[in-house]
Amino acid sequence: MRSDKVAPADYFHKVVDCQWACPAHTPVPEYIRLIAAGRYGDAYMINWDSNVFPGILGRTCDRPCEPACRRGRVEDEPVAICRLKRVAADFKENVKERMPPKAARKNGKRVACIGAGPASLTVARDLAPLGYDVVVFDSEPKAGGMMRTQIPKFRLPESVIDEEVDYVLDLGVTFRSGTRIDSLRQVMGEGYDAIFVGSGAPRGRDLDVPGRAEAAAQIHIGIDWLANVAFGHVKKVSKRVIVLGGGNTAMDCCRSARRLGGEDVKVVVRSGFEEMKASPWEKEDAMHEGIPILNFMVPKEVKHVDGRLTGMVFEKVRAEYDARGRRNLVPTGEPDTLIECDEVLVAVGQENAFPWIERDIGVEFDKSGMPIVDPVTYQSTAPNVFFGGDAAFGPKNIIWAVAHGHGAAFSIDALCQGRDVAARPAADGVFVSQKMGIHEWTYDNDISLQRRLKVPLRDNAVALTDIRVEVELGFDTRRALSEAQRCLNCDVDTIFAAKLCIECDACVDICPMDCITFTKDGAEGELRTRLTAPAVNLTQDLYVSDPLKTRRVMVKDEDVCLHCGLCAERCPTGAWDMQKFSVQLPRAGTTCQSRA
Amino acid sequence: MTYLPKPKFRHPAIEKNELGLTHRDYEGAISTLCAGCGHDSISSAIMHACFELDLPPHRIAKLSGIGCSSKTPTYFLGNAHGFNSVHGRMPSVLTGANLANKDLIYLGVSGDGDSASIGFGQFAHAIRRGVNMVYIVANNGVYGLTKGQFSATADKGATLKKGAANPDDPIDLVMMALHLGASFVARSFSGDKGQLVPLIKAAVEHKGPAFIDCISPCVAFNNHDGSTKSFDYVRAHNEAVNALDFISERAPITTDYAPGEMQLVKLHDGSTIRLRKIGADYDVHDRVAAINYLMKHDVAGEIVTGLVYVEEDPGDMHDRLQTVDTPLNQLGDADLIPGAAALAKINASLR
Repeated sequence: MRSDKVAPADYFHKVVDCQWACPAHTPVPEYIRLIAAGRYGDAYMINWDSNVFPGILGRTCDRPCEPACRRGRVEDEPVAICRLKRVAADFKENVKERMPPKAARKNGKRVACIGAGPASLTVARDLAPLGYDVVVFDSEPKAGGMMRTQIPKFRLPESVIDEEVDYVLDLGVTFRSGTRIDSLRQVMGEGYDAIFVGSGAPRGRDLDVPGRAEAAAQIHIGIDWLANVAFGHVKKVSKRVIVLGGGNTAMDCCRSARRLGGEDVKVVVRSGFEEMKASPWEKEDAMHEGIPILNFMVPKEVKHVDGRLTGMVFEKVRAEYDARGRRNLVPTGEPDTLIECDEVLVAVGQENAFPWIERDIGVEFDKSGMPIVDPVTYQSTAPNVFFGGDAAFGPKNIIWAVAHGHGAAFSIDALCQGRDVAARPAADGVFVSQKMGIHEWTYDNDISLQRRLKVPLRDNAVALTDIRVEVELGFDTRRALSEAQRCLNCDVDTIFAAKLCIECDACVDICPMDCITFTKDGAEGELRTRLTAPAVNLTQDLYVSDPLKTRRVMVKDEDVCLHCGLCAERCPTGAWDMQKFSVQLPRAGTTCQSRA
Repeated sequence: MTYLPKPKFRHPAIEKNELGLTHRDYEGAISTLCAGCGHDSISSAIMHACFELDLPPHRIAKLSGIGCSSKTPTYFLGNAHGFNSVHGRMPSVLTGANLANKDLIYLGVSGDGDSASIGFGQFAHAIRRGVNMVYIVANNGVYGLTKGQFSATADKGATLKKGAANPDDPIDLVMMALHLGASFVARSFSGDKGQLVPLIKAAVEHKGPAFIDCISPCVAFNNHDGSTKSFDYVRAHNEAVNALDFISERAPITTDYAPGEMQLVKLHDGSTIRLRKIGADYDVHDRVAAINYLMKHDVAGEIVTGLVYVEEDPGDMHDRLQTVDTPLNQLGDADLIPGAAALAKINASLR
């Protein structure tokens, strides 16, 4: 078997676990090296190119990269990738001059983006510099969408949103603020070459239990309440607050309530603690602020006296799994629990709502009311209407919206230039040897034993008094350097040239992780069992060489390779080399032809 | 060589032996030999053998002389005892140490210069005295540390890197060891750990002088087309007499061989070496036949590897000298200074 020959770019892209896991495929090790070198502006621009909102994401990202990080398999904890991204944003020099210039010449194509959230702004960012006339509509006075309305300011300061939204709008994008779109038919009639719908998932799911209607004055939908807090319409909350729901919105609600006068704030969740949708660190942050999370409790009834909320009754349940692994919550039979409270925030999920899209204009919807959208091209059943972000496939995170934006922008560009929208060029990549001398590499291959550093927090006594004070202080440059050095540089690959190998075993002997084996070739499943260390992690590939002089092959298990380069340092013939792989992914403006 | 220490991280599923140690606990300092040096593979084979035998590193003494080979004890078994002696004098230092404390496992590491030139006499006497030890020669046919002149084991007609041919006959250390009465004699190749590791394990368990001549290509000076000790040459001319499975006392015997293909060799501690014969009907207990076999194949230009000769239950220097059971270094003043009465008794016996 020779896995890397099938699709080399994908093979080596996959070795960079974090980048492969990132929906926007941010070159993580590359920017972490730049942070270590103190080149914060360069690190920021690499991020900006991939994910458009480094400062915002460095505070709020759901971090799919971190569970994927190889460091987590070698040690306990992954590199604090997300918070290093914030370091790049915090310490960068002025990068305004490094942003792409406004297009010198318009190409005559007009694109409408509906909603000014991360998906639409990414489409605008990708298309405006190419000469597209991009118009972004939003009902709010400022752009940013849910990043501005739903994420509390103590997690994401307004100044950060302003800065990064402006970088996009300053590319020559027209922003129509305060303009609510009530009819897609009308927009379609205005002659745009393409329309991108990035209107989010704007409706919070409600609760349907007895007493809900009677006590309506003290029960709020989470995302609406957060938006009201964000705009200053809500400035305080009662002392006893129950937050329903186990997602990140629930965590934002409870922590916001804690800052607006809520002294006894509780989160009550149907599911168990582990199954909650909220990110582990968001749960931790809530608990750190003295907010208990109560699990396996299903809302049953709202108690009220004369239309005034007095409390909620919950039924206790436990999880049972059927033969197909589906979870059922069954009552435990214990007596119901009454929790007294003065206000309830309902954060039990979000729904998409498209009352403004007429059903007879070619955009088709499925049974659940979601638009039918191609998951690769983001095209709807109307050829010039595209969807992205939460509007396309339901609520996800900012980084997914950015990824959708890139994909949709590519499609829109293809459509406007008369190319096949479905034709996506394969990923490509460039290898560059990192060798500078006998034991000198362009990257720091000394493996740091430092454990993951925690981001310092502002003291609760201060943090809980002002909803606009940012809780996380971020890494300082010294901590950032130390954390950056934990990165294993997985984009610097061990590249093996079979024709140079003399089979001296030096690489096998030096490899600290027992990754390398010289053995008879075989089928992958069988090969995995007879390596120096058995390759049990099936999600990680085997790197198998061409046959050597002894008819054996070199097999390297990618799983826990430290990318320390000792195999290459020990190799007498240069059969091993450490080469940095930079993956090149298709973006709006790249064509299949130019990459052929 | 490498400037960086080997990272401390290890494979999360790394195997542990009976002592709870991993093979990485048998490492020493990072090697400063040339990248790709065969000697590093020998070091690695020693580490794996000791790991697999569950040996506590502090019960091992590693001794060496001078040369590339003799630097290697620094690079394995960092927790063992060590003595880096004068050039060619490892055998006598080892003999002395063994006399003083017979309880340690003695590992003598030497090279072709150290053992076949300056220390040739030392080599001979340690073997003929029957010192209980493992004597490994990392044999590359050149003086690597002085830029690659021919050593005494270089084959006649082999060439240096720049073409000069060797006019002299070589010393075959395996043949010498057989003549001098070594009770365990083997030859192996640094590029074949499958053969080398079980040989080292068997040599460690063998009580008596165990000699292993290990061909170890010098990547800097003797791994070219005119060399007879290069990776390619040894692989092309390797004539293994047998393949070994070292089976410790505890391990169950799991593999099966056809009758006649296999020869069992018992070691004094109850463990067994199973030899799978390859090719000719080779008897590993016949010293004379071994010498003949070696000479015949030497003329044919073949390198005989594997376990060449082993004597079951040979005894060692302490048996010959009839020393007391207690290691000499553990004898107290009362044993060593028996007093005037004892002296008078001895004197009386001599009158």
